[in-house]
Amino acid sequence: MFKPRTFTPDVPVRPLLTRADLWLLLTIIGLLALVVGIAERAPATVQGPEISLSLSALPFYAIRSVGRMAIAYALSFLFTMVYGYIAAYNARAERILIPLLDVLQSVPILSFLPVVLLGLSAILPEAWAVELTAIVLIFTSQVWNMTFAWYHSLTTIPRELREASSIFRFSRWQRFTTLEFPFGALALVWNSMMSWAGGWFFLMAAEIFTLGERDFRLPGLGAFLQTAADAGDLNSIVWGLLTLIVVIVLLDQLIWRPLLVWAGQFRIELVERDDENRSWLYDLLSGSKLAAWFGHVIGRLNDTLLVWFGRRPAADPYLSGTEKSSPIEWLAFVLSVVLIGWGVFSGGQLLLRVPLEQWAMIALSVGATMLRVVMAMILALLWTVPVGVLIGTRPAVAAVLQPVVQIAASIPTTALFPVLVLVFLTVPGGLNIAAVLLMLLGTQWYILFNVIAGASAIPQDLRFTTELLQLRGWERWQTLILPALFPSLVTGLITASGGAWNASIVAEYVVFNQQTYQTIGIGAQIAAATEAGDFAGLFAATLVMVIVVVAINRLFWRRLYRLAETRYRME
Amino acid sequence: MQQKQTRPLVELLGVTQRYGRGERQFTAIQDVNLVISEGEFVALLGPSGCGKSTLLRIITGLNRPTEGLVRYRGKTLNGVNPYATIVFQTFALFPWLTVEENVAVALRARGFSRDEARKRAVELIDLVGLDGFEQAYPRELSGGMRQKVGIARALAVDPELLCLDEPFSALDVLSAETLRGEVLELWTGGSLKIRAVLMVSHNIEEAVFMADRIVVMDKNPGRIIAEVPVNLPHPRDRKSDAFAAIVSRVYAVLAGQTQPEAIEYGTEPGQNGQTRLLPPASVTALAGLLEQANATEYERDPIVQLQDELGLDLDQLLPLIEAAELLGFARIENGNLILTPLGEAFAEASIHARKEIFASRLRRLPFFRWMLRMIAAADNQSLRWEVLLTALEPEFPPEVAERQLDIALEWGRYAELFAYDDAEGRFFLETPVATA
Repeated sequence: MFKPRTFTPDVPVRPLLTRADLWLLLTIIGLLALVVGIAERAPATVQGPEISLSLSALPFYAIRSVGRMAIAYALSFLFTMVYGYIAAYNARAERILIPLLDVLQSVPILSFLPVVLLGLSAILPEAWAVELTAIVLIFTSQVWNMTFAWYHSLTTIPRELREASSIFRFSRWQRFTTLEFPFGALALVWNSMMSWAGGWFFLMAAEIFTLGERDFRLPGLGAFLQTAADAGDLNSIVWGLLTLIVVIVLLDQLIWRPLLVWAGQFRIELVERDDENRSWLYDLLSGSKLAAWFGHVIGRLNDTLLVWFGRRPAADPYLSGTEKSSPIEWLAFVLSVVLIGWGVFSGGQLLLRVPLEQWAMIALSVGATMLRVVMAMILALLWTVPVGVLIGTRPAVAAVLQPVVQIAASIPTTALFPVLVLVFLTVPGGLNIAAVLLMLLGTQWYILFNVIAGASAIPQDLRFTTELLQLRGWERWQTLILPALFPSLVTGLITASGGAWNASIVAEYVVFNQQTYQTIGIGAQIAAATEAGDFAGLFAATLVMVIVVVAINRLFWRRLYRLAETRYRME
Repeated sequence: MQQKQTRPLVELLGVTQRYGRGERQFTAIQDVNLVISEGEFVALLGPSGCGKSTLLRIITGLNRPTEGLVRYRGKTLNGVNPYATIVFQTFALFPWLTVEENVAVALRARGFSRDEARKRAVELIDLVGLDGFEQAYPRELSGGMRQKVGIARALAVDPELLCLDEPFSALDVLSAETLRGEVLELWTGGSLKIRAVLMVSHNIEEAVFMADRIVVMDKNPGRIIAEVPVNLPHPRDRKSDAFAAIVSRVYAVLAGQTQPEAIEYGTEPGQNGQTRLLPPASVTALAGLLEQANATEYERDPIVQLQDELGLDLDQLLPLIEAAELLGFARIENGNLILTPLGEAFAEASIHARKEIFASRLRRLPFFRWMLRMIAAADNQSLRWEVLLTALEPEFPPEVAERQLDIALEWGRYAELFAYDDAEGRFFLETPVATA
C-alpha cells in the first residue's frame, strides 16, 4: 500500500511563560522581599533628623535618597516636555524662554537652597518643607540640560519628516508618539543619565543642610556619610560609600543601560551600526512574554489616547510659518511682566541695603573663587588629558581603566567632602586646598569623558599619517592630538567650570563638629550670608556670581566654542 | 492613460512666495499661474533653486503663498490639502517603524482602527511588491525598496493628487529606472483613485519619459518659462526620434536662457540694477567640461552627449554651462554648446596660462571689479570676510550672499586675483596695487 509521505511542520511550541519570564518573576519577588525586609528592620531613629549609624539603617537611607531623586526626576521630565514644547512651537515664547533657560542654568543652585527652604517651611510643616526643598534643589540641577536637549531635538526634526506627518494629517498626539518623542528619545536618555549623575551631588548637599542652630538634615545616604565623618567612624564611612556605589551601579544596570539600548532603535540614520550598546536586562526583557504583554497594553492605551486626543490634524507652525496670538499667550505675557517688575523692584530694594564694604568684599571674593576655579581646571587638565588620550586611543588600556573610571566618577563628590575636610583641616590653609580639591573632584570627570570621546574620534588615517611622518612626542601632540581634542576639551571645560563655581558654595564654608571654617570666596560669602540670615547679602552675592558666570560664558567660552566649531572640527 | 478630461483639478492664480522682510527680501517664486487638469501627469522641471519644490509644497498646502491663490476643484485651499499626498525625495520614512507600521501610520491618522490599518497596509505593501518585508525596518532596505514603502504609504490615503518630489534622484540608476516603470504602471493601470500626478524633477529624460506635459521653470526669481506637451503614447521609447526631439527642445529652453550682453554681466553690487549671480561652478569641473567639449566629436545632441560622458546630472551641468557662458568660454546656440576660440585656448593651455586667461576674464565681471576695488581701498589692502558679506547683503538674501562670496573666493583664488587667510577670515591682494 502506498502512503503518500507528507510533511507536516510542527506547530511551534509556544510556552505560556518563557525562561526569561521566570527570571523576571524571580527578580520581582526578590526585590519585593528586599523592600519589605528593609522596612521591617528600619531602626526607629531613622524617622527624625537624628541619623543612625547602624548598618541596618543603610538600605533604608538608600531608598529614601533614591526616592527623592526619582520624584525630582519625574518633575524634571514633565517640566522638560512642556517647556521644550512651548519654546519649540511658539516663536514668540521661544524668544523669551530660551535666553531665560540659558541664564537659569548659570544660577548657582546651592545659593537658593536656604531661600527655598525658609519660604517653604513658612507655609508647610517642617518635615515636608525640608523634603520638598531637597526635591526642588535636585530638580534644578537636573532639568536644564534635559530641557535644552528636548528643545533642540524638536527644532532639528528633518523637514521632510515634518512634512510627511503634516501631509498624512497626523493629530498632535500621533505626531508626538510617532515623530517627536522617538526623535528626541536618545538625547533625552543621555541627558537623563547625566542629570541623574549630577543630581546625586545636590542630593548629598541637601541632605546635610544646617542653617545656624537649625538642623535641616534629611534621613538619607548623604546625611549618613556626614554623620559618620563627624563621628570619625571610618567603618561607617566605608560602608556608606559602598552602599552608594552599589545603588549607582544597580540603577545603571537596571534602568539606564536598558533605556539606552531601547532608545538606540530611534536613531535617525538609515545605516546599520555595530558599536551598539548592550544590556543583559534589555535582552532578557525582549525575550519575555510578560514584557511583550506589557507592550501590548501600552499599544492599546495609545489607541485609546489617539481617539481621546481627537483626530484633528495638528497645524505645524514650522511649515506654514503662521503665528497667531492666543489669549493665553497674552495672559502669560502680562503675568510675566508683572512678576519681573515686582522682582526687579524688590530686588533693587534689597540691594540698596547692602553696605559698600560688603560690595568690596564680594568683589574680592569673586576674584578669589575665580582663582580657585582656574586652579582646579588646570589641575584637572594636567591629569585628564594624558589619561584620557591613553584610554581613548588604546582599546587594551580602555578595557581595564574604563570601568574603574566610571565607578569613580559616579561617586558624588559631596559624599567625599566630609572625609576630605577631616583630613585637611589639620593642615595650615587646609580649607583652601580642600576647596580646590572638591572643585577638582566634582568636575574633572566632565573633562575626562570628553577627552576620551575626542581622542577615540581621531580618524585612523590621521593617526597613521602622523606615524608615517614620524612625528613623535611633543610634535605629535602639537600637530594632531591637541587640535583634534580642542572641541571636546572646550565642551568639557564649559561644563566643568560651571560646576566648579557652583561647588564653591559648599567648598569654601564648612561647618564641622559645631565649628565653622571658612576662606575668602564668593561661595563662602553666600554660605555665610545664609547662615546669618542676611538676605540682602545673600541676594547681592548670588547676583554677582550669576553675572560673573554668565559673562564668562558669553565672553570667553562661547568664543572658544565658536573657534572649536569653525576651525578644529573634524569632517 | 486615463481618458482625457479637461476639468481642472488644481489651479494656481498669481502665486508668489517671498522670504524675509524689507531690504533682505527674496522672491522664491514669482507670479506663477498653472492649471493641472484631471487625467494629467505634469512634470515640473528646472535647475536647483528655481522653486519647484516650494511650488509643490504650495500646491499641497504645506506652505502658504505670500500672494495668490491655490484652488482645488474650484475651492480655495486653506491648509493642507486632504486629497493630496507626497512621495518624498529622501523617502521621509520613520526609521523606528517597520515597513508595515510606516504605511499603517498614515491609515491610523485617517481613522482606521489598528486591525483595519494593518490589513490595508499589508495589501498596499503587496501592491508595490514588497511582500515579505512587512516587518523589516527601513534601514534594512535598499533605496529603491525604501521608496516603494514611500509610494505604498502615499497610496494608503487614496489620494486624488499624487505629488512626487524628485522621487528617483536619491536612487541608483537601475532602481530608479525600475521604479519609474512601476509608477507609470500604477498610473496608467487606472485602478487607483488618483486623478492627476505632479512630479518635480531635474532630469529631462525622466520628465519626457513619464509626463504628459512638462512645465519648465527658471530661477532668480523662480518662474515658469515654458510648457512643453509630450504627446507620445506609453510605453515610450527613449531611442526614438520623437523622444529625442522633445528632449532637445527642453534642453534648448533650459540652457538657452541667454540674454543680451548688457544685462548678462549685470551691475556691480551696491549700484542700481540687478547684480548677476555667479553660478555655483567649481573651477576644476569647469575646466573638465571645457576639455571634454573640446575633445568630443558630436554624434548626437551635444549637451545630452556631454552630460552622459561627464556623468553629471542636469543640476550639476547647468551651472557649469552658465559659468562657461559668463566667462566667454562658450555660447549656446539652438541648444548646442559651442566653444569660443578663448574656450578652446583655455582647454588646451598649461596650468599657468589657464590662470592668466581666467584672471583676465574675471576682471571683466562687475562682481570682481567691485571686490578688487573694495580690497584695494582697505587698510593694508586687506578686508575681512564679514565686511564684504555685509556689503553684499542689501543685494542678496543672507544665504545667497554667503554662497556668492564662497564662489567668488574659489574663482578669485584660482585666478590669483587675491589671496585669503582662512584663520583670520581676511581677503588680501596678491600683488599690492596702487589705490585709484
